[in-house]
Amino acid sequence: MRRTQVQIRLNGEDIDVLCEPRQTLLELLRDELNLTGTKEGCSNGNCGACNVMFNGRLVNSCCVLAPEVDGGEVTTIEGVAQGDHLHPLQQTFLSEAALQCGICTPGFIVAAKALLDREPDADADRIRHWLAGNLCRCTGYDKIVKAVLAAEAQSREAATR
Amino acid sequence: MEQIEYVRPRSLTEAYDTLSNGRRSVFLAGGTDIVVQLREGRRSADQVVDLKHVPELMALRFLDDGTLEIGAATCCAEIYEHPEVQAKLPALIDSASLIGGIQIQGRASLGGNVCNASPAADSAPTLIALGAQLLIGSKRGTRELPVEEFFRGPGQNALEQDEILVQIRIPPQPARSGAFFNRFIPRNEMDIAVANAAARITLSADGSTIEDARVAIGAVAPTPLLATSAAEALRGKAPERETFEAAGQAAAALANPIDDMRGGIAQRRHLARVLTIRALENAYNRAKEGI
Repeated sequence: MRRTQVQIRLNGEDIDVLCEPRQTLLELLRDELNLTGTKEGCSNGNCGACNVMFNGRLVNSCCVLAPEVDGGEVTTIEGVAQGDHLHPLQQTFLSEAALQCGICTPGFIVAAKALLDREPDADADRIRHWLAGNLCRCTGYDKIVKAVLAAEAQSREAATR
Repeated sequence: MEQIEYVRPRSLTEAYDTLSNGRRSVFLAGGTDIVVQLREGRRSADQVVDLKHVPELMALRFLDDGTLEIGAATCCAEIYEHPEVQAKLPALIDSASLIGGIQIQGRASLGGNVCNASPAADSAPTLIALGAQLLIGSKRGTRELPVEEFFRGPGQNALEQDEILVQIRIPPQPARSGAFFNRFIPRNEMDIAVANAAARITLSADGSTIEDARVAIGAVAPTPLLATSAAEALRGKAPERETFEAAGQAAAALANPIDDMRGGIAQRRHLARVLTIRALENAYNRAKEGI
């Protein structure tokens, strides 16, 4: 089976990895790089469980071919925390109980972070709109929206401290 | 997924060359349909040709004459984040900002939306209403085609085997004109249109009559339709509710919808009328701002 080399800046680190051209970015991350934080849900672009950042944009990694990311920059859920220090969204998803089974959570956090990096004061309507491409079958979404709002508040507080 | 090659042409010439190497090709822009279709075995190919490294296919700029040039692989988010596009072509923003969710918009292209030739494509009625032309290229040369002539049936487009959709070109819009797109889906986001419609209205100098109009409807026939009879019902008339109603009736009369899980025939015909009226009312409001 012919494999091709892919160079990526992954979570801030330059790496080389071999993949098959038919693999998706999701398969590259999970099966070749053992980064299993990114989850497989629907595998057709509807659920957002596999969300990662690719060249500054939020994408469904199940709809990206692995060789496409050659020369690009990818950030996964593993790159969201700073060492042992959780990102405010990770803290508030815990404190607001914004997860139950947890399979959608990495996708939600990557997606919500993409929003807060652009719009740190997004309101609840905007958060719901932004997260429309992420499905959760446990929480009913309310707690997720509250967690994102709480993360915004926490970041504002940290900025004024 | 079956074994495939991945090729990344850096120029149009390279892209055209990849089409004559004897392999069965599929084009990759946003991949939001193609990657899924390949994995599910709904489409088969020897090579995937990634068009996102060909400069002409990633263009997004206004030419000196006011034409907007959109590379066929330019993603929806690039388009709706562009301040000049927002100011000059709000109807294009209507469409580009509701195709899929945020994750899809950062990848999916208008070129892909058009080439898929879905009767329900959310960019199609808008591009038709705005008078968009498609720039199609091959080794043999280039040709332009009005977007409404590109759709040949569900999933069928006018591209020949050796051709690539290079750009979508939106001409400068008439003075005193406004355009609007809307669709009906059962939820707020992330769905395929049960029906959709777009309209552009050009007002007379004093704003009292409709000088010209273009109306387009989608998901109610095998292809998106330019509703010329609806435009005829508008030309020379006062921009008021009764005029818009008549145009809505004319658009609905063109509808030849299917009955499927998303909607029935009667519902789709009804939606073609209502969405046309709403598109016209909102297009009129936008046109008034230009007087």
